[in-house]
Amino acid sequence: MLSRAASSLYWIGRHIERADFVARLIEAALQFELLPFAEPQSDLISAIAAAGGSDLFAERGGQPNREDVVQFLAFDPANPSSIRSCLEKARNDARAVRTALTRECFETLNEAWLGFRAHAQEAQTGDIQPFLDWVKATARLFEGALHRTMLRNEPCWFIRLGNAIERGDNTARLLDVKYHVLLPKGEQVGGALDQAQWTALLRSVSAVTAYRWIYREGLKPWLIADLMILRPEMPRSLAACAEEVNALLSQLRSASGRTGAADRQARLLQARLSDVNIDAIYQSGLHEFLVAFIIDNNRLGNAIAEQFLF
Amino acid sequence: MGASAFDEMWGESTGGQVRSSYRHIADWLHETPYEELLHRQNAAENIFRKLGITFAVYGNDDAEERIIPFDIVPRVISAGEWAHVEKGLTQRAQAINAFLRDIYGPREILKTGLLPPELILANPQFRLPMTRIRPPHDIWAHICGTDLVRTGPDQFFVLEDNARTPSGVSYMLEDREAMQRLFPALLARHKVRPVEEYPDALLAMLRSVAPKSASGDPCCVVMTPGPFNSAFYEHSFLADRIGIELVEGNDLFVRDRCVFMRTTEGPLRVDVIYRRVDDDFLDPLLFRPDTMLGVPGLMDAYGAGNVTIVNAPGTGIADDKAIYSYMPEIVRFYTGQEPILPNVETWRCREPDALAYVLDHLPEMVVKLVDGSGGYGMLVGPAATKAEIEAFRQRIKAAPHRFIAQPTLALSTCPTLTANGPAARHVDLRPFILTGANGTIIAPGGLTRVALNEGSLVVNSSQGGGTKDTWVLSEEGAR
Repeated sequence: MLSRAASSLYWIGRHIERADFVARLIEAALQFELLPFAEPQSDLISAIAAAGGSDLFAERGGQPNREDVVQFLAFDPANPSSIRSCLEKARNDARAVRTALTRECFETLNEAWLGFRAHAQEAQTGDIQPFLDWVKATARLFEGALHRTMLRNEPCWFIRLGNAIERGDNTARLLDVKYHVLLPKGEQVGGALDQAQWTALLRSVSAVTAYRWIYREGLKPWLIADLMILRPEMPRSLAACAEEVNALLSQLRSASGRTGAADRQARLLQARLSDVNIDAIYQSGLHEFLVAFIIDNNRLGNAIAEQFLF
Repeated sequence: MGASAFDEMWGESTGGQVRSSYRHIADWLHETPYEELLHRQNAAENIFRKLGITFAVYGNDDAEERIIPFDIVPRVISAGEWAHVEKGLTQRAQAINAFLRDIYGPREILKTGLLPPELILANPQFRLPMTRIRPPHDIWAHICGTDLVRTGPDQFFVLEDNARTPSGVSYMLEDREAMQRLFPALLARHKVRPVEEYPDALLAMLRSVAPKSASGDPCCVVMTPGPFNSAFYEHSFLADRIGIELVEGNDLFVRDRCVFMRTTEGPLRVDVIYRRVDDDFLDPLLFRPDTMLGVPGLMDAYGAGNVTIVNAPGTGIADDKAIYSYMPEIVRFYTGQEPILPNVETWRCREPDALAYVLDHLPEMVVKLVDGSGGYGMLVGPAATKAEIEAFRQRIKAAPHRFIAQPTLALSTCPTLTANGPAARHVDLRPFILTGANGTIIAPGGLTRVALNEGSLVVNSSQGGGTKDTWVLSEEGAR
């Protein structure tokens, strides 16, 4: 297929995933804010840091209050990762490659963009939650359309590749929110507030039930990290994402006969996640581990672009 | 004016006898409550918006994307009427191809003195490089979208020959799909000739004109200027329906005088380019050096006979409005027959007598730029204010050679759903004519455009025009 089309499809995958992530990030930040003894400013800023937008936020003159942070993350057209930007870019890409999409896939993206204005208006005058729910539902709708209607061939694989790369990145960033959130003076790591924050994180990725199912015990921060980083059965864990990237690359490899740096880097990334346990990660520093993953994952994304001549 | 026009349903006199091809339409309009019609009309527009069947209007920021209004009352053409039109269009397309072959070759027609040579050689649409290139199979205008107007039961005229990159065929197909979804029973009461074969016929035509050096399975692509072009929807629609790649200039490159596209599996050889970009944006090396849209070296590959460009560069001269006025002579010269479809009477302002006549009769005439399109830069005398007419008079006087003038025709009307129920609105017809190595094929019907504003004669989508499904009845006519 055309390299430009492959690139557009890959970025549709990434942008839809990112829109979903930013919605969840906003939810998490707003939940943190509600916790007793929380430091509201730090909680909100942590969300922007996790999304990698601190510099731009400062540049835009944003203040660490609820309105500014939500505005920046959800609605600001100048923020390339805002929900608005993601939906707009996904829809523009969909238009450019609509011949590679089924009607259902195109319609989902088209309607998401056409419906954005109305939903955003409601959110800006009232409760943000219905808007966030709508964004998450849109991502599910697209994934459903992808799964139910697209041929299992290159266009589908490139979208899912974008999904998987982005999802890994997003999970790592979400976990890292905990690093950026400061515990107020007198609060202990592992104390009640720390615990509550981890729980909020788990809830924001709809994984509380998954946690109970796997661990059969009370919420423990290190087990939450284990679930989100190392558990292959958890669909948004780093391990699951790396596994999926590998599987998709292997399908593309057998279809096109092309191999290269992306295949090697993906295997390396997966191996690194299966050769480590959560204690080792904690000992060498969770934050450092997550940052290293984000960098490697990013490099893998570039290698994919290079390998398929984007 | 509206009152005197021929009506496709009522004929010459509204309220009299319905013309037989419209029998069922008249019953249907009579039986169906207005609210129901309106409801269906809205349903159709929702479908179009959801599918993203939109177009961009130049010079209008607010309406970045609009849908072309679709009118649910079909326009019906009887088998006999269509047979006449089809014959005339085939003749016209053959004459246009012969004309292009000639003027970029031996120029026999100039030797006869039928045409002033400067009209060809100094025409901005004349592409000098094409005098050194023969398109594969010597076919030039593969796709024509000839605009027809009707003024009476048997009076069809050619208004314009669109021989560059005519658009609108996606609406022909989408309008039919919408009608099938919305009014299956009404369709079933007629024997309507299908238009659904068009994508297959288009692909067959493209493959038939591949260079002789191409493999048995030639690679065809649709080339678009990109998503910001006003007709992008149509480009992607066609690529999708034909099942070929939709490429932009950047997706193509030339190596060893062959054209390739950049794919995830490496370069892939391209044999036929159905281009929806203007000549100027094909190849920056030969036409416009300042463009980012083209493919450097494309014309060199074309000259080497390694790729087919559809339509050939330089076909614009055949739909130049100054050339148009000579089409009857051109048809006679190349086919040896009388034109089956007449031209609309045309005054060439370049000729002093004609200019004087035009300037005397501006309020009753339609004046057009010879190189204009899309309804821009034209004067519709009866609809213009005194000031507009005077302003236009000055423009004509300043550069008479740039204008032609035609009488304001009483375009036929067709019942159309309006805010006050069904009412007569003026329509034209754009059939699509495919000419390949295996001959000429015309999809039955084409795109009917309708001027939605009462009394308006301008059917362009950029100026308040809409579309209708066009039903060509098969031999037996209505059931």
